[in-house]
Amino acid sequence: MRITQGCFSFLPDLTDDQISRQIQYCLSQNWAVNIEFTDDPHPRNTYWEMWNLPMFDLPDAAGVLMELKECRKVYGDRYIRISGFDSSPGWESVKISFIVNRPKNEPGFRLERQESDSRNVRYTTTSYAVAERSEGQRYSS
Amino acid sequence: MQEQVNLREELEAVGIGEILKQLDQELIGLKPVKTRIQEIASLLLVERIRKKMELTSEIPTLHMSFTGNPGTGKTTVALRMADILHRLGYVRRGHVVSVTRDELVGQYIGHTAPKTKEILKKAMGGVLFIDEAYYLHRPDNERDYGQEAIEILLQVMESQREDLVVILAGYADRMERFFSSNPGFRSRIAHHIDFPDYTNEELLAIAEVMLRHMNYKFTSDARDAFVRYIALRKAQPLFSNARSIRNALDRIRLRQANRLVADEDAILSVDDVQSVVASDVLASRVFETSQPAVVEQLTDKRRR
Repeated sequence: MRITQGCFSFLPDLTDDQISRQIQYCLSQNWAVNIEFTDDPHPRNTYWEMWNLPMFDLPDAAGVLMELKECRKVYGDRYIRISGFDSSPGWESVKISFIVNRPKNEPGFRLERQESDSRNVRYTTTSYAVAERSEGQRYSS
Repeated sequence: MQEQVNLREELEAVGIGEILKQLDQELIGLKPVKTRIQEIASLLLVERIRKKMELTSEIPTLHMSFTGNPGTGKTTVALRMADILHRLGYVRRGHVVSVTRDELVGQYIGHTAPKTKEILKKAMGGVLFIDEAYYLHRPDNERDYGQEAIEILLQVMESQREDLVVILAGYADRMERFFSSNPGFRSRIAHHIDFPDYTNEELLAIAEVMLRHMNYKFTSDARDAFVRYIALRKAQPLFSNARSIRNALDRIRLRQANRLVADEDAILSVDDVQSVVASDVLASRVFETSQPAVVEQLTDKRRR
């Protein structure tokens, strides 16, 4: 099951050229660009791990792309996303976030229904990949 | 695919002739430098045309090394270079990131790589100007972190040629030593440009351009005095070409102001305030022949 979260996720995967143009847009808006990765893609997991610090004051997207390529070399089997942070309100707020790398095989999520008091049902989504193996090996095979 | 390209239209579209003309007017002397810039500009222009005709070839390497004595205009030319390369579409943004060893090399283990990469990322799409590049390499200290910075630089210079142009600058003899201990650098740099020292006439012309920019002018006596000043100053140690001239002019301005202020009752005209007279120049220490060169050297050192 293809995970769809963030911008452009219903489109086919972006090529490097398209990614670089999106980054260039972020930079032209004076946003700080950040690369993050995770192997726990649950929609409620907002805390992905950071690949280095966010990048401030870059004039050109090539620098970010260089970091992205290095991140892919190390964590090519995980989800990688790029976020743009706008600081003009006085705090850093996410203005754009899109997935730039995903594992080859995405097993998806199971919907669990728990019947509780009276006729209420509680729903939980569980990732097959996360449930099956421990962190770091979830998508590696 | 385009079968024919009009060279004139192409030149106008790029606007390169204008930059080269400006370069010719604003930078005095530097013949070999201008010739080389002209050659590079022509190459890039032809490359542009070839691209239109779909005759692809590998992107030419444009990493450069500028060598020359102090004050010969290396930094100034580097700034121009970025503009030229940008107009020709070789670099995307045309900004210059000017760094020295301090900005590239870290203080402790693991500090250098992120620091160097940070600078490289900032310079991408433009020109990275490394002033006094030979300080990156410290032959006397094997564990110096400079080597690490050099390796990262070399790697990026090779793999991301289309994103970044690196210009190294420094004094000729020390750069020579730097290159001989880092052969990787020499082979990755296509253009070694040597900046010659200025002749006395060129220095005078530079002085006049500088004065014009500051809205001053020499009287004819003062010009004669300054010609003598240049000849004398050149013979002294620690002469640094255009930079020495600029410093001399700054001191002359001080003396001129002092002379004007000395007479409180004077009514000054525009011409008075603008003109530098011979006495302003002649008051320089350089004309005091009694002073031995060593003293001059010491005071000069203290002054910078």
